[in-house]
Amino acid sequence: MATGGHVAGNDRVAGAAALAVRAPRRSGSLALTLAVSAVVLLPVISLALIALSGSGSDWPHLARNVLPGAVRTTLALLTLVAFLSASIGVATAWLVVAYDFPLRRTLSWALVLPLAVPPYLAAYAFAEFFHFAGPVQGAIRALFGFQTARDYWFPDVRSTGGCALVLSLVLYPYVYLTSRIVFLMQGRNIADVARTLGARPAKVFWRVLLPVARPAIAAGVALVLMETINDVGASEYLGVRTLTFAIFATWLNRGSLEGAAQLAMVLLLVVLALLLLEQWARRRQRFHSGRATQMRAHPPRKALDGVRGWTMTATVALPMLLGFGIPLYAFSRYSLRRLDDFVSPELGTALYHSVLTAGVTALVTVAVALLLLNGMRLARSPAVTALTRLASIGYAMPGTIMALGLLFALARFDNTLDAFAREHLGLSTGLLLTGSIAAVVMACSIRFIALAESSVRSGLEKLPPHLDEAARSLGRTPSASAVHVLLPLLKPAILTAGVLVFVDTVKELSATILLRPFGFNTLATSVYEDASRAVVEDAGPAALLIILTALVPVVLLSRALAEDRDTSV
Amino acid sequence: MTHSSARSAIAGSAFALAALFAGSALADGVVNIYSYRQPDLIKPVLDAFTAETGIKTEVLFLDKGLEDRILAEGTNSPADVILTVDIARLNNAKEKGVTQALDDATINANLPAEYRDPEGHWFGVTKRARVVYASKDRVTNDALTYASLADPKWKGKICIRSGQHDYNVALIAAAIGHWGAEKTETWLTGIKANLARKPEGGDRDQAKAIAAGECDIALGNTYYVGLMQTNEKDPEQKDWAAAIKVLFPTFENGGTHVNISGAALAKNAPNRDNAVKLIQFLSSHKAQQIYAEQVFEYPVEPGLEPSEIVKSFGTLTADTLPLSEIAKNRKAASEMVDRVGVDDGPSS
Repeated sequence: MATGGHVAGNDRVAGAAALAVRAPRRSGSLALTLAVSAVVLLPVISLALIALSGSGSDWPHLARNVLPGAVRTTLALLTLVAFLSASIGVATAWLVVAYDFPLRRTLSWALVLPLAVPPYLAAYAFAEFFHFAGPVQGAIRALFGFQTARDYWFPDVRSTGGCALVLSLVLYPYVYLTSRIVFLMQGRNIADVARTLGARPAKVFWRVLLPVARPAIAAGVALVLMETINDVGASEYLGVRTLTFAIFATWLNRGSLEGAAQLAMVLLLVVLALLLLEQWARRRQRFHSGRATQMRAHPPRKALDGVRGWTMTATVALPMLLGFGIPLYAFSRYSLRRLDDFVSPELGTALYHSVLTAGVTALVTVAVALLLLNGMRLARSPAVTALTRLASIGYAMPGTIMALGLLFALARFDNTLDAFAREHLGLSTGLLLTGSIAAVVMACSIRFIALAESSVRSGLEKLPPHLDEAARSLGRTPSASAVHVLLPLLKPAILTAGVLVFVDTVKELSATILLRPFGFNTLATSVYEDASRAVVEDAGPAALLIILTALVPVVLLSRALAEDRDTSV
Repeated sequence: MTHSSARSAIAGSAFALAALFAGSALADGVVNIYSYRQPDLIKPVLDAFTAETGIKTEVLFLDKGLEDRILAEGTNSPADVILTVDIARLNNAKEKGVTQALDDATINANLPAEYRDPEGHWFGVTKRARVVYASKDRVTNDALTYASLADPKWKGKICIRSGQHDYNVALIAAAIGHWGAEKTETWLTGIKANLARKPEGGDRDQAKAIAAGECDIALGNTYYVGLMQTNEKDPEQKDWAAAIKVLFPTFENGGTHVNISGAALAKNAPNRDNAVKLIQFLSSHKAQQIYAEQVFEYPVEPGLEPSEIVKSFGTLTADTLPLSEIAKNRKAASEMVDRVGVDDGPSS
């Protein structure tokens, strides 16, 4: 925090009068940060209290029979997903930036499409597609004349490896997005220097760009891994017994909410380790921030024509075709048999509820992220920074568990308020938060604050640190300079944050299903109602609508990014 | 502004807010249902209830944490009736204190004593048997006991869904009730060794696996076979159902393991009268018939026949082990599944 010290020094020089004016504002923003963090950490605190109320009688069993296997499986899954998603994300980002081949421009935004597919739907689709009765194995049998499953070997999607592949194929866009920006903007100068010194493209990639992109890759991978940890649907369906699965078995089959909360605390340790890792990887990001964005030269793309060009097109398109194409195919097929369902009023209502919840959540979450980051900038205290970072923890918690913690906290608030209102006003406020969509919005905001915070922070870190200081030296207050100077410059980052939160809220299932009020169905919950009855087929139309709803902002965003790049570069 | 007008202004706006959020959940002529059962499966019965009584039903479907939500909501909980499958879930609701006792002459007359809580905290309204799906082509001997599933002759031929699923945990809990923990663990270890693959999917996926030749026998609930046989939208499921036959395994000196789906009156039911009417209706002849004909479950009403399709599977001789015994052994059964490592599959 070299710049932090620098600014603090200036302040001291600025004199006692200025300090006296600024101090209350500082403590105001600090109080705000604290308040927001408290709300964000509410479910964690609530869960910790539940965990502490337990006796620990579940531990002998857990330690002997559950934890070794569950931890091993979880770590294996995380390692595989990290490796696969990083490879796919970085490779596609690099190829799209460094080479020119047919359909390159289209692919450069289409590669983001798998983000629209929730992991649990991808798991259903992949299991179906690669099943014995599915098209792939059918073709193999027809080709080689096999009769039954015992005649040949085929890799099983329902395994740790299969689950890792499915998750990586829908989550790699996080890595693709973060690393592509670096390849496009940040690494340009260094890459150009390396090239003028005679380095070949491959060498430039391995020796120069990859190290420079490391913080961005790590940030992307961290998001992917947190999504992996909170996933229940995909891993449960594919028979992968992770820590999360153990939490549910403890809670539901052995009736021990306390034991489950204690396990959830173990999971939080894994998450904290991830957050520290991400922090560590980002620590040198400032080193390449600054003026790179002002470069106007076109990047020297190596043109590939003919067969080589189309081979490259096929290679780059593959992850997108698998991660987006297979789910789209599977659910379109089911939907074609249920075309009349598309005009059902239930589906329309579910669509409206999904868009409403996602829209409100996106607004709230981005606003909160901005407040947190602004507080962090102004306070410049390690404690506030740590608190802000800790707020990301909700992202990695299994949605149901997080929602459960929130439920107990909010319900207590509701009941206390109700008792107060009954006594002093003579009326009942009922379940103000837990009986309305406020609880759902809160849960989703808490879950996805990490997404919003991380993309706004990336944008913030790319800006020269002196911008708002200039405004402040001209007499603006910290808040005013943030609103008038930083906010306009952060527009792309804010847009990205909003879109990511919107998309993830549309896909969100487990917290929504637990906290929603009566008669409130979203697309995701109606898919689940069908899927839990073991009729994934009936979920076709709703699943397709989830993918399409999530697709709209994803396409808008990626096109905006593409245009942004093409005009500024 | 006087003190009292300020007070009524606050009260008014608070009330407006509350009305906005609470919606119709507190209106007259409504019964609020918290359900672990899928809306589609209970819709035929609920529609018939509304048609008969004029009482509207509001359903909140949850997959996990239903009891915890009611517990958290406390005295303000809008829940009137809890609908769920599995005896252990019903018992759990009672133990968590989110139900209340109900002693109603009509219900008690409709439902046999073995399918309701002695203290009136829950009422079983349908039965489902946990049976064996067997390949029509590859399995010739139809006489089967649960114990024989551990016979090494089935090595590499059995498919099941996760051992931690409610339905399997209940079956293992019943085995503990019959044989004691030690013998059950040996048996479960034998079944694990006989598995064709890691436990995965739902009950229908096991039928699909038999159709695909991955295994010869599987554990599954009866009604799924009826649902597959009549699935017009996805005709491939008819092929799965056509590849299997239903066998009724038994415990020695007992019968085929049967679980229930049931209803309970929520502790703070705001619409108590309507809730009681609903449970009365669920136990009535009319509702029992709908359950049998449309969802392929076994009615609990004595003497009422199951649907033709279910009858074609064969005759069910329900096990005599008390349901309370199964609920009691649930935790031991769930821990046993972990200890034996059922979900790790056959290899390890």
